[in-house]
Amino acid sequence: MPKLTFKTDNCKGCGLCVDACPKGVLAIAKEKINKRGHHPVEAVKEDACIGCTFCATMCPDCIIKIEK
Amino acid sequence: MADKVLMKGNEAIAEAAIIAGCRHYFGYPITPQTEIAAYMAKRMPKIGGCFLQAESEIAAINMVYGVASCGLRVMTSSSSPGISLKGEGLSYLAGADLPSLVVNVQRGGPGLGGIQPSQSDYFQATKGGAHGDFHMIVLAPASVQEMADLTVHGFDLADKYRMTSMILADGTMGQMMEPVSLDLNVKPMPEKPWATTGTKLERFHNITNSLSLVPEELEELNFKRYQRYAEIEKNEVMYEEYMMEDAEICIAAFGIASRVAKNAIVEARAQGIKVGLIRPITLWPFPKAPFLKATEKVHTFISVELSMGQMIEDVRLATECRRPVTLVNRAGGMIPSPEQILEAIKNAHKNGGAN
Amino acid sequence: MVVFDKPHALADLPMHYCPGCTHGIIHRLVAECLDELGIEGQTIGIAPVGCSVLAYNYFNCDMIEAAHGRAPAIATGVKRADPDNHIVFTYQGDGDLASIGMAETVHAAARNENITVIFVNNAIYGMTGGQMAPTSLPGQVTQTSPYGRDTNHCGFPIKVCEMLSELDGPEYLERVAVNNVKNVKAAKKAIKKAFENQINKKGFSLIEVVSSCPTNWGMTPQKALEWVEEKMIPYYPLGVYKDRTAGIVKGADK
Repeated sequence: MPKLTFKTDNCKGCGLCVDACPKGVLAIAKEKINKRGHHPVEAVKEDACIGCTFCATMCPDCIIKIEK
Repeated sequence: MADKVLMKGNEAIAEAAIIAGCRHYFGYPITPQTEIAAYMAKRMPKIGGCFLQAESEIAAINMVYGVASCGLRVMTSSSSPGISLKGEGLSYLAGADLPSLVVNVQRGGPGLGGIQPSQSDYFQATKGGAHGDFHMIVLAPASVQEMADLTVHGFDLADKYRMTSMILADGTMGQMMEPVSLDLNVKPMPEKPWATTGTKLERFHNITNSLSLVPEELEELNFKRYQRYAEIEKNEVMYEEYMMEDAEICIAAFGIASRVAKNAIVEARAQGIKVGLIRPITLWPFPKAPFLKATEKVHTFISVELSMGQMIEDVRLATECRRPVTLVNRAGGMIPSPEQILEAIKNAHKNGGAN
Repeated sequence: MVVFDKPHALADLPMHYCPGCTHGIIHRLVAECLDELGIEGQTIGIAPVGCSVLAYNYFNCDMIEAAHGRAPAIATGVKRADPDNHIVFTYQGDGDLASIGMAETVHAAARNENITVIFVNNAIYGMTGGQMAPTSLPGQVTQTSPYGRDTNHCGFPIKVCEMLSELDGPEYLERVAVNNVKNVKAAKKAIKKAFENQINKKGFSLIEVVSSCPTNWGMTPQKALEWVEEKMIPYYPLGVYKDRTAGIVKGADK
């Protein structure tokens, strides 16, 4: 199963990764606030991840690392 | 003694630059300095250098900025209206502490002005010439030999202090032919660890930059730069004194004006008037000390200029207004005659400083 | 096995761009190309004036900050300083490249200067707060076109790739976009080719990247990418406008 790692503190919560994910793995964590004051992204259905890298491709802040 | 060759002033600058190790020249045609570009266009391809005619003076000075960032000797040249266009780049070069050599073969202004000689860019050259707190080292040659010597010296100073040296010549100096020795004193170039030539993945990246958004930091950069300027004012002042030992009248003149003034001085001396000349060779830093010292014996200073009177302000400041400073000038491309200067010397002699 | 991570040439720093701003994607694509081509150590990047003015902090290669619009002239100097070893790219926005720096852009292209130009077209001046750009669309509302860009009053947008394709000089001109995964992948391919052209001494390559500015367009990041698809791309069609080696020349009639 692919492993997702986020540099959560650099996330600006733009949500482009959430939209890019074909499997609904990601969501913006509305209840969390990171160091920069944004609601960061988190994996809510990591089991569904297929490691397609679409999320990281669309991330403007390069916060997503993907391992298979 | 090396053999001398007969050269135009503009060509002497170009050849001296090559001797100094300059292999990159960028420029845009404008009278009366185009011989520099033409000379470089011929010579550079033969010695593995780069001559490139830029699309504008703005582009040319930015190409200079690029090569200077890489730590190589580089120059551009232009004449008055073109130097105004380069103003933006001159400020950025100062802000990024990059060495370069810029030649201004001045013509009459303002605006498009004319194409005859002038010294009316004195303020522009010595007081910064563009936005922000900065100086250039300004060198004023008065012979074709000095066009060559000061070009080499200008490169050395630029590298030593990481700033722009400007050769402030005029149309006459650029166009006149004189014998010149090209046995020039070139110093080794200092190391430039700041140059942006690629990290080779061996060091942290270098950044050439004039942006500093934190006011405390930008202030600090300015203070540091001005410490360097203070060092230059202490160490790099150049001037010539001519018949000043017993002079009661002192002419201040640079470049072509100083040559005309010397004729007038010889004539005045023949008539028994004790007159001499202080010729600033560095216009910035201005030779303040010799002028102040001269106030001990001199009763009148006469500033001879091809402008409406610009250097006269520095003469007044240097002499701390202890003696009257009068102006002999022509403008718009005209040159003061020896007779005009002699007349002013005679008037000063008659008044004895009482005005 | 790592299948995706920050490229080495991209600095490990948080970027100052607004949430959802695609500058970050384009930075990463450039850095990935420097990594994959093994040229980071010999590359000198030139940052513009505009939103990406601080790009010099975000790339680990040597960087130069340019005066507004002058990046191609500076790049010319850097390239000519050591044509065999220096890999030079400029990173410029639409105001920088197509307004104040148009002369430098056109002449670098005409000289076929062997450099790579990354041109980010988001149809607005971002850093100064959203004024009309040379590429703002007809009718587009900005701070300085509050009633919509009136082409009778202030003329038409400039289509840079179409315009430059009329020149004999440039080697390679392509317009890409970064509004979805497919387009980002195509953008990467184009940027890589632009660097390969430089390595192979083919000359001037410019990649125009149609991009978004959620903040100054007044949209969410998602809505802004939709606007790229619906408004920008129809006006600025994607594709190769010139590829001398492949014999492609697509003029303004496209």
